[in-house]
Amino acid sequence: MRNITIGQYYPADSILHKLDPRVKFLGTLVFIVSLFLIKGLAGYVFVTVVLATLVKLSKVPFGMMLKGMKAIIFILIITVIFNMLFTPGEAIFTIWRLSVTKEGAVQAFRMAIRLSYLIIGSSIMTLTTTPNQLTDAMENLFSPLKVIKVPVHEISMMMSIALRFIPILMEETDKIMKAQIARGADFESGNLIKRVTNMIPLLVPLFVSAFQRANDLAMAMEARCYHGGEGRTQMKPLRYEKRDYIAYILMLAFAAAAVCFCIFGGGWI
Amino acid sequence: MQLELKNVSYTYGKGTVFEVNALSNIDLMIEEGQFIGIIGHTGSGKSTLIQHFNALMQPTEGKVLFEGEDIWGEKYDRRALRSKVGLVFQYPEHQLFEADVLTDVAFGPKNQGLTKAEAEARAREALVQVGFPEKFYGHSPFELSGGQKRRVAIAGVLAMNPSVLILDEPTAGLDPKGRDEILDQISYLHSKRGITIILVSHSMEDVARYADRLIVVNDGKIPYDGTPREVFAHYEELEKIGLAAPQITYIMHDLAAKGLSVDVHATTVEEAKKSILAALVGKGARR
Repeated sequence: MRNITIGQYYPADSILHKLDPRVKFLGTLVFIVSLFLIKGLAGYVFVTVVLATLVKLSKVPFGMMLKGMKAIIFILIITVIFNMLFTPGEAIFTIWRLSVTKEGAVQAFRMAIRLSYLIIGSSIMTLTTTPNQLTDAMENLFSPLKVIKVPVHEISMMMSIALRFIPILMEETDKIMKAQIARGADFESGNLIKRVTNMIPLLVPLFVSAFQRANDLAMAMEARCYHGGEGRTQMKPLRYEKRDYIAYILMLAFAAAAVCFCIFGGGWI
Repeated sequence: MQLELKNVSYTYGKGTVFEVNALSNIDLMIEEGQFIGIIGHTGSGKSTLIQHFNALMQPTEGKVLFEGEDIWGEKYDRRALRSKVGLVFQYPEHQLFEADVLTDVAFGPKNQGLTKAEAEARAREALVQVGFPEKFYGHSPFELSGGQKRRVAIAGVLAMNPSVLILDEPTAGLDPKGRDEILDQISYLHSKRGITIILVSHSMEDVARYADRLIVVNDGKIPYDGTPREVFAHYEELEKIGLAAPQITYIMHDLAAKGLSVDVHATTVEEAKKSILAALVGKGARR
């Protein structure tokens, strides 16, 4: 449970940490879209260089980003196997009725790179941005949707609260689990059905306490006159600085390059 | 020797930058039938220490022995150990989950492999021992008052028939009446059933009144270990580590400073009363 990278901010003093969260959010979107546009060997080399530069700039140890990979390693392996086996084309070798094709191998390689770069790219954002900054950025970026009655502020408030409560609930889970183990509960052995029923002594108290906490929080917010987003100001409003504009320009250049690679790229990959 | 800790150390987050030494080189022996009080300020390592007694935490170094056997030995049955060494956590009412009180208390015995009827008999016995009124046995534990919930939770551990009962601040958040009732019940269990009791508390008065041995935990070490009288004699050093002696000890020291020949090591009001009366009678006789 502890190797979820989402919302695991890594404090460091780098240019990426200082960037406006909106820039990082949009930048990550542009990066992900570009990943799926780019074609050709030159294109992949280009993306790799850009990603390596970003990793270096972030001053976050590379191992932290690889931790996020652990969660998708299973999906990655399945994708690679399926692409290798079920892409029609020129067979390299055949086992029984399954054959690995040249096109399949290339396709599998491409998917593996895209998926792992996607995870590393988004980890850079979550590792250099606190969850609160991120929800602020989303609230700000999606605020035009208020016109069509989307409750943008409420959604982002819910997200901040949810993120804030993850560590608290993890601690609570740990505590209740220990208390039940002390009463002879067994969370480790048995078949699937047995294991699920064994979770009841953990889940019931956890839900009770989660509702209790939610109730207390609502009361505390009301006591401090919270009444939704209308007319609410922020303690640290988001403001663009010079480095943010430069980042936007670089981002546009990157997107343009990606489009070029999409149109003119080719070659064997 | 019932429980023995040999050179136990525990480090949180070993091998990372967040490494914290919670316990360092603890040696401790706990004999059967003792009533032990553990005191220490928040973050001193008390909770880490007591979780070593029933194998909820594994020491990073050192050994824990229960009745002479290493509880982290390869073939040792740690689930069986946990029913012999019962641990009641802080705010234990947060662990209640069943639809009615009786079934909840029977959860522990059922995990020990008893039949439903046997487990229920044990549950009834435990509920009587904590003084829980029978008319509420069928009620949902979530409808009870704070003090009653706590009794049910303590009964849940007691129903496993442990030979050692560890309680982590069992009276936190209770009113004075509820506090006295719970402590009296614990003391009754100690004298009637001969269970070894280990009581973690923030109240110097409580441990002075009930415990016959006091263990002070500070910074992952045990600076003092002895009878309450011996430990509270170091009240000045205790203050330096964020603790204190019972209030009555201070009064006795003040009285002694004013020239009344009283026993300055008295730790309970009863002891103090006797000593003061004796001193006054002595003074009267001299006049």
